[in-house]
Amino acid sequence: MIPEIGHFALILALATALYQFVMPLLGAWKGDVAVMRSASWAAGAQFVLIGMAFSALTWAYVTSDFSVANVYENSHSAKPLLYQFAGVWGNHEGSMLLWVLILSVFGAAVAFFGSNLPLTLKARVLAVQGSIGVAFLLFILLTSNPFLRLNPAPIEGHGLNPILQDPALAFHPPMLYCGYVGMSVAFSFAMAALIEGKVDAAWARWVRPWTLGAWMFLTVGIAMGSWWAYYELGWGGFWFWDPVENASFMPWLVATALLHSSIVVERRNALKVWTILLSILAFSLSLVGTFLVRSGVLTSVHAFAVDPQRGIFILGILTVFIGGALALYAWRAPSLQQGGLFAPVSREGALVVNNLLLASAAAAVFIGTLYPLALEALNGAKISVGAPYFNMTFGPLMVPLLILVPAGPLLSWKRADAWGVAQRLWVAAVIALVVSVTVLAFQHRGPWLAPFGIGLGIWLIFGSLTELAERTMIFRIPLARLSTRLRGLPRSSFGMTLAHLGLGVTVIGIVSVTAWRYESITVMKPGGTVNIAGMAVTFLGEAPATGPNYTADAGHFDVKVGDRKVTTLISEKRTFEPSHQTTTEVGIHTFATGDLYLAIGDKAPDGGRTVRIYFNPLAPFIWFGGVIMFLGGALSLSDRRYRVGAPRRARNALPQAAE
Amino acid sequence: MIVGGLGLLAAACGLILYAISDTLVFFYTPSEAIAKSVAPGTRFRLGGLVEKGSLVRGQGTHITFTVTDTDKQMPVSYTGVLPDLFREGQGVVAEGKLNAAGVFVADTVLAKHDEKYMPKEVADALKKKGVWQEGEAPKGSVQ
Repeated sequence: MIPEIGHFALILALATALYQFVMPLLGAWKGDVAVMRSASWAAGAQFVLIGMAFSALTWAYVTSDFSVANVYENSHSAKPLLYQFAGVWGNHEGSMLLWVLILSVFGAAVAFFGSNLPLTLKARVLAVQGSIGVAFLLFILLTSNPFLRLNPAPIEGHGLNPILQDPALAFHPPMLYCGYVGMSVAFSFAMAALIEGKVDAAWARWVRPWTLGAWMFLTVGIAMGSWWAYYELGWGGFWFWDPVENASFMPWLVATALLHSSIVVERRNALKVWTILLSILAFSLSLVGTFLVRSGVLTSVHAFAVDPQRGIFILGILTVFIGGALALYAWRAPSLQQGGLFAPVSREGALVVNNLLLASAAAAVFIGTLYPLALEALNGAKISVGAPYFNMTFGPLMVPLLILVPAGPLLSWKRADAWGVAQRLWVAAVIALVVSVTVLAFQHRGPWLAPFGIGLGIWLIFGSLTELAERTMIFRIPLARLSTRLRGLPRSSFGMTLAHLGLGVTVIGIVSVTAWRYESITVMKPGGTVNIAGMAVTFLGEAPATGPNYTADAGHFDVKVGDRKVTTLISEKRTFEPSHQTTTEVGIHTFATGDLYLAIGDKAPDGGRTVRIYFNPLAPFIWFGGVIMFLGGALSLSDRRYRVGAPRRARNALPQAAE
Repeated sequence: MIVGGLGLLAAACGLILYAISDTLVFFYTPSEAIAKSVAPGTRFRLGGLVEKGSLVRGQGTHITFTVTDTDKQMPVSYTGVLPDLFREGQGVVAEGKLNAAGVFVADTVLAKHDEKYMPKEVADALKKKGVWQEGEAPKGSVQ
């Protein structure tokens, strides 16, 4: 009964979405206030209905109702509760339901928090949101219905792919989807602005919090996925340039560009046409990301759905939304008024360079990800574009960007004094150079460029702090006045400093692991010892272990530094019921200097075990930096000026004075 | 300024084109690799099924096995740890180069699939040969 209620709620949601798509547009066109107002109610109703459908599916999973085909195929009664719950979105149908649920949450949030938006703009934004809802609800109901029944009901289910049974991965898809779908708000605002033919500072202020929120979720989602790959796949790597990773990385790059360009719209009323294009591209790439992962076109662990019909449907959605948006853009963008002239050396100029580099980097990732697919479709040749391509293109595009990051916020709007900025940054530059040279002098292995990578990270950290110091005049005013000064600063400026600083931390982590990782792959017998990075790792032996739905061989290892025992690491080879799939559980011990990482492999014929041991210097910095970036975003979002209810068009019609 | 921007974009395009031509790697089944007589030292990806009974563990972590598309075979040599999903009779993709003796020396072995899902290239190549159907896992080989 409950699955049928869910199915029915989904059909009603489609009807509501259709209403939300068509009526507010008509209302805005005719100037009918009551019809425009009803858009908010439709958005609220859609949220309630999709929420019901999602709860119904969750109920079927948690109670292991195997008469529902989707539950039978993807769940198992012996699975821990967390994964029965996460199993709802661990498959194609459920994850699409999660996608529309999040879409409806964002729609309802715009309806609820956007009480200060002009009525026509709000109605049009909600209408565009409604159109996305229509497309995806149709997709679910026609090709991916999660509520289909089985008769007779099987007694036991198939289970979830064991490598997906992991806490970080349970919450990785919802985070990414919040990011992807969050971009739909910026997209809807861009569409509505094109329809209205008006983009101004107030518009930028309304869009920014949504973009920032989506960007934060994407950041956390990507960091979680990378962290999961690091400890679950057992290869000790943190980023593989896998198409599935790229699928989430491209929207992130464009969203980052959008965050920066919308500042220019807000403060200087310039770059409007470009910002609108970025809003369209960010959501388009989110759709492409969904398509890549969900249509089964890729060779990847994430590609659960192997069904060409769905692929064609998603391709249709892509064509309609991306093609339609770009057509509207081509038609209406020339009518947008341009304003705010600026010199090449200025804050605007720096943000343009930031945007060009980020967009080029996104293009490089896009080509590397899709070129193999396009080539295969054209002439059947199968090629792969791997890490070497991405390192060769992405790296050179990022280095100039990272060098410019600390300078950007110090440049003034319109026309800036480059020499003055250089003078203010010399302390950070000297620190970065000293660190680089020191590391170069002490390193006995690794590429000669690596110390400069560390220097770049240090430059980012101290450059960002310089900017904060300049703003607070920390070295020029008595300490007593400092706290007043600090409190007077807008939170968004702390947020920016934090986000740039986090980027530096991540850079340091990536460079260290890439350049100075220790690796040992050997066959070890009980009692055998491997020396790595000044530590002695001794294989104690194996013991059987059991979990709720698996059995395992657990290898125990003693770790000693000198004569002092530091820890015992355990790495398991797990065999899951009912699929007999095996996974490797790695053992990680985090020192102040990095991670000791150990994974057991196959049994060797002479009774030993293949054992992989890595020492990954400063590895936690990679994800820690991501968390700092997220916190920076959160701090900015809490800024009163960006609080969703704050801005009013009347007050902000004129560009704000530069701070 | 516009010139500068265009220059940057042109440089990015050049970089992308150069990188893609320099780093792309072709995928072949053993039959294709033999038919094309790929020169030793050229990097490519070799895909097919791990022939049953061909896996031999040598000294330390050195391993040899044979990749087959049921028509032609190619010996593979690899030093390292095999992925969890590597099994005899199942699909595999290895990346590396042929040596002078005609042995494929792999530096990477991928087996990104489970019982439901084969590496796409392998599935396509085998379907072309008619030895494997969509949705059919080579179940006999699952231990």
